[in-house]
Amino acid sequence: MLWCDMEASLNLLNLGLGRMVITKFCSERIAKYAFEYAYLNNRKKVTAVHKANIMKLADGLFLESCREVAKKYPGITYNEIIVDNCCMQLVAKPEQFDVMVTPNLYGNLVANTAAGIAGGTGVMPGGNVGADHAVFEQGASAGNVGKDSIVRKNKANPVALLLSSAMMLRHLQFPSFADRLETAVKRVISEGKCRTKDLGGQSTTQEVVDAVIAKLE
Amino acid sequence: MSPRSLTLLKNLARNSNASSSCIQTRSVTYMPRPGDGSPRAVTLIPGDGIGPLVTNAVEQVMEAMHAPIYFEKYDVHGEMSRVPAEVMESIRKNKVCLKGGLKTPVGGGVSSLNVQLRKELDLFASLVNCFNLPGLPTKHENVDIVVIRENTEGEYAGLEHEVVPGVVESLKVITKFCSERIAKYAFEYAYLNNRKKVTAVHKANIMKLADGLFLESCREVAKKYPGITYNEIIVDNCCMQLVAKPEQFDVMVTPNLYGNLVANTAAGIAGGTGVMPGGNVGADHAVFEQGASAGNVGKDKIVRENKANPVALLLSSAMMLRHLQFPSFADRLETAVKRVISEGNCRTKDLGGQSTTQQVVDAVIANLE
Repeated sequence: MLWCDMEASLNLLNLGLGRMVITKFCSERIAKYAFEYAYLNNRKKVTAVHKANIMKLADGLFLESCREVAKKYPGITYNEIIVDNCCMQLVAKPEQFDVMVTPNLYGNLVANTAAGIAGGTGVMPGGNVGADHAVFEQGASAGNVGKDSIVRKNKANPVALLLSSAMMLRHLQFPSFADRLETAVKRVISEGKCRTKDLGGQSTTQEVVDAVIAKLE
Repeated sequence: MSPRSLTLLKNLARNSNASSSCIQTRSVTYMPRPGDGSPRAVTLIPGDGIGPLVTNAVEQVMEAMHAPIYFEKYDVHGEMSRVPAEVMESIRKNKVCLKGGLKTPVGGGVSSLNVQLRKELDLFASLVNCFNLPGLPTKHENVDIVVIRENTEGEYAGLEHEVVPGVVESLKVITKFCSERIAKYAFEYAYLNNRKKVTAVHKANIMKLADGLFLESCREVAKKYPGITYNEIIVDNCCMQLVAKPEQFDVMVTPNLYGNLVANTAAGIAGGTGVMPGGNVGADHAVFEQGASAGNVGKDKIVRENKANPVALLLSSAMMLRHLQFPSFADRLETAVKRVISEGNCRTKDLGGQSTTQQVVDAVIANLE
């Protein structure tokens, strides 16, 4: 195929070529999911994050899809923000943001930044969902497996995955158990005596777990 | 049926302070499946008497929230001999129905359409949540009782005959099958809603075989839930305990007639039948209506003056929204209704106020977030 030949010859020129693919199909469905999420969760605003001033075709297509879906949700405010300004706004005035819909890479960065300003990737819940399946994991920076020293000393923060598992319980339609779990975790955090290193404390993972179990109703 | 409302209500009650403005809203962290926001059809039966008034209240509030449901409305009245076939078809298709009361003539041999609906759809469990609403003080505090009542047999089997002129026999039928499934439902409800105790209500000292069979079934199911306390209470003592010390009760499981009486009593002590939510559920369908005294269509005067209390049906429709898996809308509706009650300036006559149904609806809509 032509592009394979092209990449081969480019390798000879010591050139790395990255290809960012944006399709109408995927942009549309992620925009639909974002607005549907906002609608179902009584969220007031959806912000699309992009760099269409530079990547006019790729991010332009993403934006077009978001705008089309936005028309179907007149009750939800829709706006757009260029990703560099977005990063600055996130650290300066994050209260302005509500639901943010982004393509893949910006989403990774925006999610990590937002997690960082709100308390750290050790506590934010999240997951991945498709039409047929759902995979729950630590919200932001899920692929991050942590430093060896944290593993050796058993000082990993279980809060993020505990809260994600509460989302999972809701997904499985066990809302009462989800509520109990979330309430227990939030109490432990709010009391402040049992926190892992990333939250400024000294506890081990097991100590946090024991505290959560003790707080279950 | 909505198991969720109870926990949420408990959390709300726990979180709210004395000040009425402190009713907390929850933010729900849940990840919907793509397509979860598609609108669902719900069969709507306005019914008789106050029915059309209160169901219209629900319609207005759903509209104001842009809830993802749309109603298929059908005219059904108590004098009809049967619920029309097209209505039954609609309920079977939609699986969920919201209804006002259908007026049942007293005596005369015409059977209640409310009961007929429950039997035909095999809605074997009737559930009423009787609890104190913040801002509506009653003689007792900390009342939070869920009455789970067998809905298809017992004294409502409808088997009556005249043995000889002047002597009528009415058969009360209790079966192991129905007793077992209502007991299973009650314990499952308690398990899913973090409830601690299930109390079986009976009169097995007199009706040794009938209520005895009911109790046996409850005891067998109780063994499978060692984490839930199970006890039994004779129905006459139960009525007395309800009015003396209702805080002792949690989930109550009862056969048909006792359930009717216990539910109405519990509703009365906790604030009145005008505010308690509930509904009927079976394996395949759910019909939501005013929790206790659902067949009661109210006095003509209330209908004429438009002073029916829409709160019970609004809270039941919130349970319905949870049943349809729209928890965020359910939360918003419940929060708005509770704020209106707790603020106290917009109450219908049964709660000691002067407002009309429409005024309460407007207040709820104004309080929606």
